[in-house]
Amino acid sequence: MSQNAKGPKKAKGTLKLLGRVLRYLFRFYPVMTPLVMLCILFSAVVSAIPAVFMQQVLEEVSLFMETGDWTAAKDVILPKTFLLASFYILSILSNVTYTQMAAVVTQGFLHKLRVKMFTGMEDLPISYFDQRRHGDIMSLYTNDVDALRQLIGNALPTILSAITVSLTVFIVMLYFSVWMTLVVVVGVIGVLVVTKVVGGRSARFFIRQQKSIGKAEGFVQEMMNGQKVIKVFCHEEKSEADYEKVNDELYQDSYQANRFANMLMPILGNIRNILYVFVAFFGGLFLVTNAENASLSGLAFGIDIVVPFLNMTQQFTGNISQVSGQINSIVMAAAGAARIFSLLDEQPETDDGYVKLVNVRKEADGTLVECEEHTGNWAWKHPHSADGTITYEELRGDVRLTDVDFSYVPGKPVLRDITVYAKPGQKVAFVGATGAGKTTITNLINRFYDIEDGKIRYDGININKIKRDDLRRSIGIVLQDTNLFTGTVLENIRYGRLEATDEECYAAARLTGAEDFILRLPDGYATQLTGNGANLSQGQRQLLAISRAAVADPPVLIMDEATSSIDTRTEIIVSRGMDSLMEGRTVFVIAHRLSTVQNADVIMVMDHGQIIERGTHDDLIAQHGVYYQLYTGAFELE
Amino acid sequence: MIKRLARCIRDYKKETILTPLLIIGEVLMECIIPFLTAKLVNEIKGGCDLKIIVRYGLILVAMAVASLFFGAAAGSTCAKASTGFAKNIRHDLFHSIQGFSFENIDKFSTSSLVTRMTTDVSNVQLAFMMIIRLAIRCPLMFIFSITMAFIMGGKLALMFVLVIPILAFALILIGRLALPMFRRIFKKYDAMNESVEENIRGMRVVKAFVREDYEKNKFLSTSEDVRKNFTKAERIIALNQPVMQLCLYLNMVIVMIFGSKMIIESQGTSLNVGEFSTMLTYGFQILMSLMMISMIYVMVTMSIESAKRIVEVLDEKSTLTNPENPVMEVRDGSVSFCDVQFKYASRAERFALQDVNLEIASGQTIGIMGVTGSSKSTLVQLIPRLYDVTTGSVRVGGVDVRDYDMEVLRNEVAMVLQKNELFSGTIRDNLRWGNPNATDEDMEYVCKLAQADEFIRTFPDGYDTWIEQGGTNVSGGQRQRLCIARALLKKPKILILDDSTSAVDTRTDAKIQAGLKTYLPEATKIIIAQRISSVRHADLILLMDGGRIVARGTHEELYATRPDYRETYEIQNHTSEEGGAQA
Repeated sequence: MSQNAKGPKKAKGTLKLLGRVLRYLFRFYPVMTPLVMLCILFSAVVSAIPAVFMQQVLEEVSLFMETGDWTAAKDVILPKTFLLASFYILSILSNVTYTQMAAVVTQGFLHKLRVKMFTGMEDLPISYFDQRRHGDIMSLYTNDVDALRQLIGNALPTILSAITVSLTVFIVMLYFSVWMTLVVVVGVIGVLVVTKVVGGRSARFFIRQQKSIGKAEGFVQEMMNGQKVIKVFCHEEKSEADYEKVNDELYQDSYQANRFANMLMPILGNIRNILYVFVAFFGGLFLVTNAENASLSGLAFGIDIVVPFLNMTQQFTGNISQVSGQINSIVMAAAGAARIFSLLDEQPETDDGYVKLVNVRKEADGTLVECEEHTGNWAWKHPHSADGTITYEELRGDVRLTDVDFSYVPGKPVLRDITVYAKPGQKVAFVGATGAGKTTITNLINRFYDIEDGKIRYDGININKIKRDDLRRSIGIVLQDTNLFTGTVLENIRYGRLEATDEECYAAARLTGAEDFILRLPDGYATQLTGNGANLSQGQRQLLAISRAAVADPPVLIMDEATSSIDTRTEIIVSRGMDSLMEGRTVFVIAHRLSTVQNADVIMVMDHGQIIERGTHDDLIAQHGVYYQLYTGAFELE
Repeated sequence: MIKRLARCIRDYKKETILTPLLIIGEVLMECIIPFLTAKLVNEIKGGCDLKIIVRYGLILVAMAVASLFFGAAAGSTCAKASTGFAKNIRHDLFHSIQGFSFENIDKFSTSSLVTRMTTDVSNVQLAFMMIIRLAIRCPLMFIFSITMAFIMGGKLALMFVLVIPILAFALILIGRLALPMFRRIFKKYDAMNESVEENIRGMRVVKAFVREDYEKNKFLSTSEDVRKNFTKAERIIALNQPVMQLCLYLNMVIVMIFGSKMIIESQGTSLNVGEFSTMLTYGFQILMSLMMISMIYVMVTMSIESAKRIVEVLDEKSTLTNPENPVMEVRDGSVSFCDVQFKYASRAERFALQDVNLEIASGQTIGIMGVTGSSKSTLVQLIPRLYDVTTGSVRVGGVDVRDYDMEVLRNEVAMVLQKNELFSGTIRDNLRWGNPNATDEDMEYVCKLAQADEFIRTFPDGYDTWIEQGGTNVSGGQRQRLCIARALLKKPKILILDDSTSAVDTRTDAKIQAGLKTYLPEATKIIIAQRISSVRHADLILLMDGGRIVARGTHEELYATRPDYRETYEIQNHTSEEGGAQA
């Protein structure tokens, strides 16, 4: 596509985006926003008025100059000066009001936008996060929100006031003389062309600079992480040479971006100076030649027209270049807004479920009665739309997958014909190479992803009918990569169930064997964790994650077993913790070490999205199949 | 500090000096132009001789063109100087970090080094740009304008001088109030972003525990806190402009009254109307330059923190340096530790290694075992001189490691670190770290030894498979085997594997160990492992605890004498499949 065809389309896109930003601004602050705008306009107009009075005072001064009589002049000049002063005061007052209000609105807007982004993000399906780099999502909150702060805080007020002033002045100019206004218009077109060429180039390079910054940051991050490897391999010079390239690229882009940005203002300013001379020249020419004036006022050419006109020229072009100076902010903000809006426009996770998880009391005759208080007994409350009845089904933890097919990308099946029955209290293990689809199965059970074909039933209920949150509440999960949150150890354990008492949290830690190390931490349970528990060892983090799941006390548990290099003793402690947690629950365990699955009720050997062998440890050994080969080491698990 | 940073200007000295010079030109023009325009207006008022207008006009256009040239050129050189300066700082930082020893690296965290190389550098770049562009411009503008105002208005110009202290006081007060607030808020702001990052990373946990609403509420209050504080600080800063206006207008009104009186009483002899209005323009410029100076003050103070953090890295001396006449050849792979004591920081209370005495003959295989935190890794890191002993000595090939040229030493000692990293690039690129001139045959050979060749071949792109940053697209075991292959390419005299096969199954592990024997028969091999099976065939196994070697001997000896060793062996053989494998 040619550059020309793209240009207007892009500009239209920018306007659309800015329009949407403005709509949000109005929605967040329906009263304050128009008020601030009014104040800006008022302040712009009021600030322009004193110049008129100043001119009048000066005229009076030149009138009285011949007389030299200050006392007489005083009576005329002083009132005018006071009028001038009162306009000044008005102008300052309106300025204080609007800058103070603008600070409130800008920060409030950013706060509300952040919260909107965050709440929207929390409701997005897992696939959103799986498909994007975390750094890219993060930069929405930092770089892109910052670009909008520039826009709302600086660019918009400047543009609004500058456009108002220049429009007002433009009308006054027409009032004085159409011909001379034409001269100014020609100059302004020049200003706009320069802005488009120089400013546009600058904006383009600023966006490129943004990309090179990201690239350089990624490179530095990687090198800093691998710094010790670099040392061991004496690779310092090579990595410096590599960095040189990245660094130079960043330099080139930021040099160009800053160059054009720096050049824009001096160029615009001097075009204004030149334009001023031209207007003066034409004014003089019109005066000398007694040219006929065309104006809204019908006044003829005279010194009293040309001189104020010159001042207005300055004011008019000054405001136009102020708008031009904001072009970078606008382009950057539009790019940022586009990314932010695409987050806001993402479809949240759907939930058509209507089967709820409720507390129940077991009557003597075995019937279940719904109740408010926590009884330790749960049931699925299942309303039937056909006959309007409600049935209660006890929560037992019976999970069945029947002929399940699934693919992340349509046409590339990841799972095929998966059938797994897990009766309450059973332990089901999945064994297989990386990419065989083990984790995917667990993703389907708690509906991180929805199946393509087949059925998943939980206590006999299709999981699509169960309210998503209730489904997830009934399934505990311990992931291979432990994620802890900033806060105390206790808070991290309580994450599993927010209502849990301190005593319940301690009990969970005791159950999993985590208490031992927790009590040895400097502040015990109150020890502050930062940076994903950076001050803990891998095994300790894992134990906390297990305790967290223990506090939740779910009937069904998914465990993605960790492989990381923890020493044998820690490993024993961790697996003991896991074992005590698994007792009495339906457990799906993704096993990386065969030693941990031997006592599973059923072991599924997976390969390329299919279950190729199933049975107990002894069955599978007897089969002499893949499991047997894995077990005897003839075959390797990766 | 400034001196150290100034050294980064280097090849951009020309632009750095040129910028203020060009700006002097621009300011000169800017100051004369209003003076001439005033004359031009006077000409028009006074009867309009077109010739004179044209003459003034031509001069003015010429000056505007000159001013445009100066301004644009200064903008360009300024951009070059400041971005080039930033480039050099980044280069120096990177260079400095590359020279760091392990001890230096431990001192700064990775994320802090990244921030220093990015955010801090851009803060300093911005400050530098302001300094070379505005630090000359504003005072110059100020002096020019005030001189012109005095020439035009005489005593009357004193009014402008009087207002300066008031304005300066107000602006500095605002800065003083707001700056510490901003510093505090930025910390909160960082914390907020950290919690967002935590959420993005831990989204599976959030969703699995149905904590979306909990997290939303948490974020709402953090963000609200940030909003409140930012609003407070910004409202203070927002007073800048009105204060400035107040001073300006106050001045204008007073000057108006006294100026008018002066003109009328002297009947225009000591001051005429044209001069008077020009003087007002200069008065405006005086105050503008003051405003700019206060802005520079704020910007520069805000960047000082960043500059300090940069210089901290630049000035950090590597704790390890080459000796004066380094030994340039490593004779063989023998290693000896003689009364070695070691602690990580000189002020640390506990020694990480105590009383280590050890003789390893060239070509021996040594196994090291012990619980987490028993200083196994510390011990082996002394061999390629990643750290220096506190007392005692470590010898390689009979020579103290501190007498070697570090690069020579490290080229002969290949070490596979516990926390091992692959870098973004193809598998081939990563392997070449071991030997940049390795042929395809070499690579395939070592990959076969490290049991990596087989899985590499299952990738569609084979050896050209792209490895993501941190090697996230290969499994843990695959990563470890690639790292071993990379180290083997060095053909070292000493090979150290620091828990490098933990994610590899026992059978493959055994194959790797067997491969090492045939590939590097003369090389000394030191293997740290959690699994006894990885070291049971070693010539000597060391048991470490609390920074000491508590036992040493062959597998059979230790099995017989050490109950803890025996226990570990039995646990591992009971729970692992190894028994089955070897039965």
